[in-house]
Amino acid sequence: MEKAISVSENPFYKTKKTGGNIKENAVVGLTQIAVLLIIAILFIILGIIIYQGREKFSWEFISSFPTDGMTKGGIFPALIGTFILVIVMSIAAVPFGTITAIYLTEYAKENSKFAAAVRFSIRTLAVVPSIIFGLFGLGFFIQFVGTGMDSAFNDGELHWGQPNILWASLTMALLTLPVIIVSVEESLKTIPRELREASLALGATKWQTIKKVVFPGSISGIMTGTILAVSRGAGEVAPILFTGAAYYLATLPESLSDQFMNLGYHVYIMSTQSSDVEKTMPIQFATTLVLLILTLSLNLVAVIIRSRIRRRAK
Amino acid sequence: MNSPLPSKQIFTKESLKKQFRLSEFLAEKVISFVAFLSIAIIFLIFIFVFKESMPLFSFGKKDKVKTEIQTTSDVKVESYEGAETSTEEIQPETYGAPTEDLNPVTQETQTSEELEPDTYGAPTEDLNPETATGKEVIIDEKATENKEGADRTWSTFFSTEWVPVSDNPRFGLLALLVGTLKVTIIAILIAGPLAILAAVYTSCFASNRRKEIIKPIIEMLAAFPSVVIGFFAMMVLATFFQDIFGYDSRLNAFIGGVAMALAAIPIIYTISEDALSAVPKTFTEASLALGASKAQTAFFVILPAATPGIFAAILLGIGRVFGETMIALMATGNAALLSANPFESVRTFAATIGSEMAETVFGETHYSVLFFIGSLLFIFSFILNAVAEFYVKGKLIKKFQGK
Repeated sequence: MEKAISVSENPFYKTKKTGGNIKENAVVGLTQIAVLLIIAILFIILGIIIYQGREKFSWEFISSFPTDGMTKGGIFPALIGTFILVIVMSIAAVPFGTITAIYLTEYAKENSKFAAAVRFSIRTLAVVPSIIFGLFGLGFFIQFVGTGMDSAFNDGELHWGQPNILWASLTMALLTLPVIIVSVEESLKTIPRELREASLALGATKWQTIKKVVFPGSISGIMTGTILAVSRGAGEVAPILFTGAAYYLATLPESLSDQFMNLGYHVYIMSTQSSDVEKTMPIQFATTLVLLILTLSLNLVAVIIRSRIRRRAK
Repeated sequence: MNSPLPSKQIFTKESLKKQFRLSEFLAEKVISFVAFLSIAIIFLIFIFVFKESMPLFSFGKKDKVKTEIQTTSDVKVESYEGAETSTEEIQPETYGAPTEDLNPVTQETQTSEELEPDTYGAPTEDLNPETATGKEVIIDEKATENKEGADRTWSTFFSTEWVPVSDNPRFGLLALLVGTLKVTIIAILIAGPLAILAAVYTSCFASNRRKEIIKPIIEMLAAFPSVVIGFFAMMVLATFFQDIFGYDSRLNAFIGGVAMALAAIPIIYTISEDALSAVPKTFTEASLALGASKAQTAFFVILPAATPGIFAAILLGIGRVFGETMIALMATGNAALLSANPFESVRTFAATIGSEMAETVFGETHYSVLFFIGSLLFIFSFILNAVAEFYVKGKLIKKFQGK
């Protein structure tokens, strides 16, 4: 078997061209500097936040309530609020996203206009600014659905028609939907066609094939998608600004119709609206550090799972 | 065991036909419906964001306004006073339609309450001399004034001041537009070249091993929540750059632009890298075979071939920066000043929505204006995405497949 040598791999090429060509090296060096600069900025951000935040960062900080008008104490309610938010969000977004991905890979026909429209909508959903989701949450969930529910069930008493966890989570679910769909679709595509064909040839119907063959194979994709969505949802603030996040709450939320505190929102208000920004600086950095650890570690897990899926595809 | 075949032919055309199974049918329908919902969401987002800004359009579009109101007022009437007033505000349809005098009394009181500050609190405004005609208690006259209210709001859109809360509110979108553009341009000028050069290095020069390290690290930048980048810019970058340049306002368009560049870099990088890698290997090899160097090949062959993809990357980067809220809120200083100086505070569209929505009252003009800005942002990002999707993709396919 003869393997074709590509030009760039040809040893003669290298000795002849690259040796000592200053202009060539300068151009390559320039691109290299761009890469190094980006990576350096990334580590500088990380380094400074870790350095400034480490002093206050402790178990006590994570597990205690803020005190003295949020100038002391911890971030426990904000952390819990973020957890509840991402859990409710996942419950709403994951089934929805998975089913849409299954439609796109299993049912959609090639050249189908409908499938193209679905794909386009998903990509649009991914680029719509997050603040628009906030407006939508306010206009649709709170003003339309919420007040509608109130006038139907509560005799117009204000209960659902105001910002709360449920509406914030659903708003966030819309925002993270494309993330889930893309991941699940990617993992569904790695399932060999032969498996599906074998299942169909054995007499299984399409739905049975999806249930027993395709779906189990996509579990890792669903996991990646969920983790990425959670990582995104934990960090986004704009959609919850007016759909449920609260400045300060003395108690943890008890039901879906309560407001909640949120890590990202906490960082925002502490750094812009706190009574004493200078004094609470260590708290701000530590909160940012917690948020960053949360999102980056989730992202890292997702990247690892995803690279495993890709390896399976090869 | 060989089961004996029936002597008669069983594989008729009928028996080979797919059997109808209810569960199959239902599964497909349900799944297709869920997929359809994602299209519906896009429409719902537009409808509901735009709906709240409807009162601003009360001078025209008669039929559309009416139907919108009818669908929503059923639900809201009892619980929201504000909803009532906002529907009344759209009454200018009555102007020129004298048959519609069903509730003259309520209409009159509500509209006059709602619009007083708009129409009468503007002594300096001499654009609409008709306002001076006085307050006659005729329905039609009321409607005219109402129309002026919407008109006045529109005329202030092109003024240079953004003063939403005052006796004489002015909604100078121009100031916000300039602010947004300033930040966007600064961010793209920084992020574009940096991200594209990095993408060229990764796809043309780097060895496979380096590629596998560099790509995930840069993509990790995308995982940084925007509030973290905003916080970093506000606390660290602002001080750092103020020490270097020595300008007055600590938070300004430049700081906002730098911070947004950090948010835009991973997007531009990832998409351009994909575009560069999609250029067929034959292009590279042909160029190298003709004696071009690696750098020449990268910049004169691969980069031009991938231009549509890189264009799309820049467009999506612009879309990200244009709508970015948290960074704008935290790092740009949030003062709606109209100037070309990059070192002065600015206020962007998205930041305006983010900071002022909580203070507005449901149904008032300010509230509608904020939703109107929201629909502008939505339309803008929708168009950007559509251009990136259709125009660019078409061009790429033409280029690589020679169709």
